[in-house]
Amino acid sequence: MLPDPRLADLPLVVALLALALWLIATRHDRSAIIGFTAYGLIVAIVWVRLGALDVALTEAALGGIMGLLLLMAAARLGDAPDGPPPTWPLRVLVGLLCGAVTAGLAVLVLTLPEPAPNLVAAVAEQQSATALKNPVAAVLVAFRAVDTLLESAVLALAVIGLWSVGADAAWGERPRALDSDAPDPALVLLARLLPPVGLVVGVHLFWTGADHPGGPFQAGALLAAMVALVWLARLGAPPPVRSRLTRVGLMLGPLVFLLIGLAGVVAADAYLAYPEALTKPLILLIEAAKTLSVAVALALLVAGPPALPRARP
Amino acid sequence: MTAAELYGLCGAGLVGVGLYGAILGRSALRRLLGFNLMGSGVFLIFGAVARRGGLAGGSASDPVPQALVITGLVVAFAATALAVALLVRLAAVRREAGAARGAALPAGATAAAAHPESDGTGAA
Amino acid sequence: MTLAAVLEPWLAGPRAAELLFPLLAVPVLAALLAPLLGARGARLLALGSLLLGLALALAAAAALLAAGAPLTYALGGWAAPLGVELALDGPAALMLVLTAAVLVLVGLHAAGEFRVGAAGRRVTLAFWTLLLGVWAGLNGLYLGRDLFNLYVAIEVLTFSAVPLVCLKGGAAQLEAAFRYLLFALLGSALYLLGAGLMLGLHGTLDIGQIAAALAGGGADGSATGAVRSGSLAAVVLMSTGLLAKTALMPLHLWLPPAHGGAPAPASAVLSALVVKGSFFLLFRLWLDLVPDPGALHIGLVLGTLGAFAILLGNLMALMQARLKLLVAYSTLAQLGYLFLLFPLAAGPGGGPAATAALLQVVSHALAKAALFLLAGRVQVAFGHDRLAELGGFGRALPMTLVVIVLAGLALAGLPPSGGYLVKSLYGSAAGAEGWGWRLVLDLGGLLSAAYLARILAVAVRPAAGGTAAPHLAERPGGFGLLVPGLLALAALLLGLLPPGWFALLDVGRAEMASAAAVAGAMRGALAAGGFWSSTGPVLTVALAVVLFIAAGQSAWQRRVGALGRGLAGVEGRLREWRVAGALLLAILLAQALAVLT
Repeated sequence: MLPDPRLADLPLVVALLALALWLIATRHDRSAIIGFTAYGLIVAIVWVRLGALDVALTEAALGGIMGLLLLMAAARLGDAPDGPPPTWPLRVLVGLLCGAVTAGLAVLVLTLPEPAPNLVAAVAEQQSATALKNPVAAVLVAFRAVDTLLESAVLALAVIGLWSVGADAAWGERPRALDSDAPDPALVLLARLLPPVGLVVGVHLFWTGADHPGGPFQAGALLAAMVALVWLARLGAPPPVRSRLTRVGLMLGPLVFLLIGLAGVVAADAYLAYPEALTKPLILLIEAAKTLSVAVALALLVAGPPALPRARP
Repeated sequence: MTAAELYGLCGAGLVGVGLYGAILGRSALRRLLGFNLMGSGVFLIFGAVARRGGLAGGSASDPVPQALVITGLVVAFAATALAVALLVRLAAVRREAGAARGAALPAGATAAAAHPESDGTGAA
Repeated sequence: MTLAAVLEPWLAGPRAAELLFPLLAVPVLAALLAPLLGARGARLLALGSLLLGLALALAAAAALLAAGAPLTYALGGWAAPLGVELALDGPAALMLVLTAAVLVLVGLHAAGEFRVGAAGRRVTLAFWTLLLGVWAGLNGLYLGRDLFNLYVAIEVLTFSAVPLVCLKGGAAQLEAAFRYLLFALLGSALYLLGAGLMLGLHGTLDIGQIAAALAGGGADGSATGAVRSGSLAAVVLMSTGLLAKTALMPLHLWLPPAHGGAPAPASAVLSALVVKGSFFLLFRLWLDLVPDPGALHIGLVLGTLGAFAILLGNLMALMQARLKLLVAYSTLAQLGYLFLLFPLAAGPGGGPAATAALLQVVSHALAKAALFLLAGRVQVAFGHDRLAELGGFGRALPMTLVVIVLAGLALAGLPPSGGYLVKSLYGSAAGAEGWGWRLVLDLGGLLSAAYLARILAVAVRPAAGGTAAPHLAERPGGFGLLVPGLLALAALLLGLLPPGWFALLDVGRAEMASAAAVAGAMRGALAAGGFWSSTGPVLTVALAVVLFIAAGQSAWQRRVGALGRGLAGVEGRLREWRVAGALLLAILLAQALAVLT
C-alpha cells in the first residue's frame, strides 16, 4: 500500500487525459489508433486501481482486438481528411460546449450523495442462491440475466448486420478484412506461440469466473483475439458466412440462455430463474455456451463482411 | 479528494474530449475514435460510482455497476466493428464507382453505382 | 375444457404478468433462430412469429384491461433494485399491439419482395432477421422500467435498424447508415451516462423507485436538493440522447437520407415505429420519472423544438424533389407533434395531451407506413421517384393515388382521422392561453394539406413529352394495395372506434381519461360547424396549391421558389455533421438550464 494513493492515481489520470487530447489532435489516423491501444492499456490499469478486476480483464482482452480492428480499417481507408478543417469560431464554440458538459459532469460527480447508495449488501445476501462466489458473475447471469441475454442478442444481430454490409456477389463467401498479402514473419511466429497460451488462459478465465474475476466475456474476448491473430497470420481463415456450423456457434450462447430462462417459469417459478438443485450445472452450461458465442461473435466482427477474393493484377 | 472522485473527474474530462473528437474529428475513423473516448469516459464515471458504492458497502467495488460496464464495453466494441465495416464498404463502393466511371463503360454498366435514386438527399 | 377456460389464468387471472416476458422472448428467439434456418426459413419464421406476437400482444392488452391496473413481473424472481422488472401499463399495451400489427401488415406486404428468388439471399436473410431484431428492441423498450435494461433494448433496436438502411448497398445508403449509427451511438452514450449517474444517486435503476425517491416517498424520506438537481441533470442527459435517436429537428441529419434510401418496407418500419421507440422512453422519463415536470421549463424547450420541427419539416416536405424524401420530411414534421406533449401536459387542462401524443404515435404509424409502402410502389412502377418526371402518374395508377390521398388526409388531420383527434385533444389541452401552440397545430395541418395537394397536382397534370401518363417500367399488382389501403383507412377512421376502446390507454394513468376526451372530440367533429372549421381551411389550402402549380411559371412563382431555396440552404447546413453535433450539445445545455433554474 502506498502512503498516499494519489501518488499512483494522479499520474494515471494525467496520462489518460493527455493521451486523449493528443489522440484527437494528432494528424495521422494510424498513430491515433496506436495511441488509442496504449490508452486502453492505461484504462485497464485504472480499473484495477478502482478495484474492478472483472472490468479490467474485459478492457484488456477487448483492447487488443479493438486495436487490430481499427488498424486494419485505417490501412484500407487511407489517411485523408474527409472535409475542410473546421473553422476557428466553430472550434471555439464546440470546445466551449464540450467544456460546459465536462464542468457539469464534474459538479455531478463531486456532489454524489454520501454515504454512497449501493447494492453490495443486497448482492452479497442473495449471492448464495446463485452458487457463484464472484458477485459480478452473479449479477450478470442471475440478477440482471435479461440484460446479459439481450446483450448477447445484440452481438449476434451485430454480426448479421455486419455481414449484410457485404456485396451481393460475395454472399456466402468468407470474410476477408484480415487478409494481407504477406504476413510479417514475426507475426506468424507470434500466431504460432501465443494461441496455445491464450487458449489455456481463456479456459482458465472461463472456469474460474464463477468464483474469481473472469467469466464468459473475458474468456470469449481473449479467445477471439487468439483466433483473429491466427487469421491475421494466415495460419487459418475465417469460415464462409454460409457455414451453418458457424451460425450455430454464434447463436448457441443466447439460445441456450433464453431457452433455460423460458423453462424457468415451469421449473423454478419465474422466467430466468434457476431450479435450486440444478443452479450450478445450468449456469455452467449457460456460461460455456456463452463463452463460445462471445468468442465467435467478436472474432467474426473483426473479420468483417464476406468478400470476394481480391483480383490479382 | 478520494480516488473515486479523481477518476470520476477524469471520466468527465474524457467525455468532453471525446465529444469534441466525435463532432470535429478530421475523418470518419477519428470521429469513431472520439465516440470511443467518450464511451470510456462514461464507463469511468460508472467506475467511480462502483468504487464509492463498494467502499460504502464494505467491498472494493459495487458489483452491479461493474456488470453494467462489462455489458457496455462489449456493446461498444460491436458498434465500432459495425461502423468500421460500413466505412470500409463505403470506400470500396466509391472506388468501384470511380473506376467504373474512369473506364467509361457503357451507360448500363454503371447503373448500380450511379443509380439516380441513390442520390442521397437531393433537396429541391 | 374450452380454450377460454384453459387461458383463463393468463387472460384474467393471477398469471397475467407471465405474458410479459414472452412478448420480449418470442422476437429475440425468432431473431436468433432465423439465421440458422437460412434466408428461406427466416422469411417464414419471421411471418409466423409475428402472427404469434400479435396474438400475444392482444392477449396482454386483454389481460391488462381485465386486471384494471399495471402488471409487473420480476425476472428471475429478483425484485428491483437488485433484479430487473418488466411492467405493462395502458400506453405500453397500446404500443405493443400497434407494433405487432404494423409489423405483421408490413411483413405480409414485403413477403413477395423480400424472398430469395426476388431479392437474393443476403437481403432476404438480413431483412427478416433485422426486422425481428427491431421488434425485439421495441418490445423491450415498451416493457422495460429499468434504465439499463432500457439501454440494452435501445441498442438492440439501433443495431437492427442501422443495417436495414443500407440493404440496397449503394454509397448514399452506406453513408446514411454510418451517420445514423454514429449519431445514435452518441445518443446512447449520453443516455448511458445519465443512467449511470442515476445509479450513483439512488442505488437503483428502476424508474418507479427513482420516481418514488424523488417525490419524497423513498425509504430515506425526501430527496435532498443535491440529489434532486443531480437526478434532473441525469434525466437531461438521457433525454438529449433520446432526442438524437428520435431525430427531432434540428437533430435530424441522419433521417432523410436513411428513411429516403432504405427499401420501402424498411422505411415504413423505421418511420412508423423505430423513431417512436425512443420517443416512448422520453414519454416515460419526463412523465413518469420526473415528479411535477410542469414546474420546470422543460416543456417550453421541447415544445419549441417540436413546433420548429412541425413548421420546417412540413415546408421542407413541400419542396422535396423525390417522393420518398417528401415522405421522410413529413415524418420529421409529424415527430414534432409528439413533442407538443411536454408543454401542453404541464398546463392546467393538460390531461388530454398525453392521450393526444399516444394517438399521434398510432395515427402517424399507420398513415406513414402506408405512405412509404405506396412511395415504394410508385418507385417500382416507374423505376424512380423523382416528382418532376412523375407528371400524370395518377392516370397510370389511379387506385394508388386514391390511397395516397387517404393516408395524406389522415396526416392533415381531417375528421374522423387520428390526426384530427390529435389536433382536437392538443387544442383542448392548450386552452385559451396556449394560442401559440394552437396556431402551430393549425399551420402544420395546412402545410400537410399543401404537400398532399402538390402530389395530387403532379399526379394529374400531363406527363412530360405530351403523353397522358409517364412510362410504366413495371405494372404493380393490385394485391399490393391491400396493406397500404388497410393502414390508410385505419388512420383515417381512427376516430370512429368506440370511445370506450380508448380506455386501454388509461390503465395506470386514470388522469388521462382518454375515453371521455375522444368522445368529446368526436362530438365536436360531427357538429356541422366543427366539421367545416376543421375541413374548410385544409381544402382551401389544397386548392390554392393545386392552382399555384397549375398556373405554371410566373414571376411570383419564381420569387417563392427563391425563398424556398434559401430555406433549403439553411436546412442543409443544419444537416452537416459538425453543426448537428454542436446543436446536440446546445440542446443538452438548454434543457439543463430549463430544469435547473
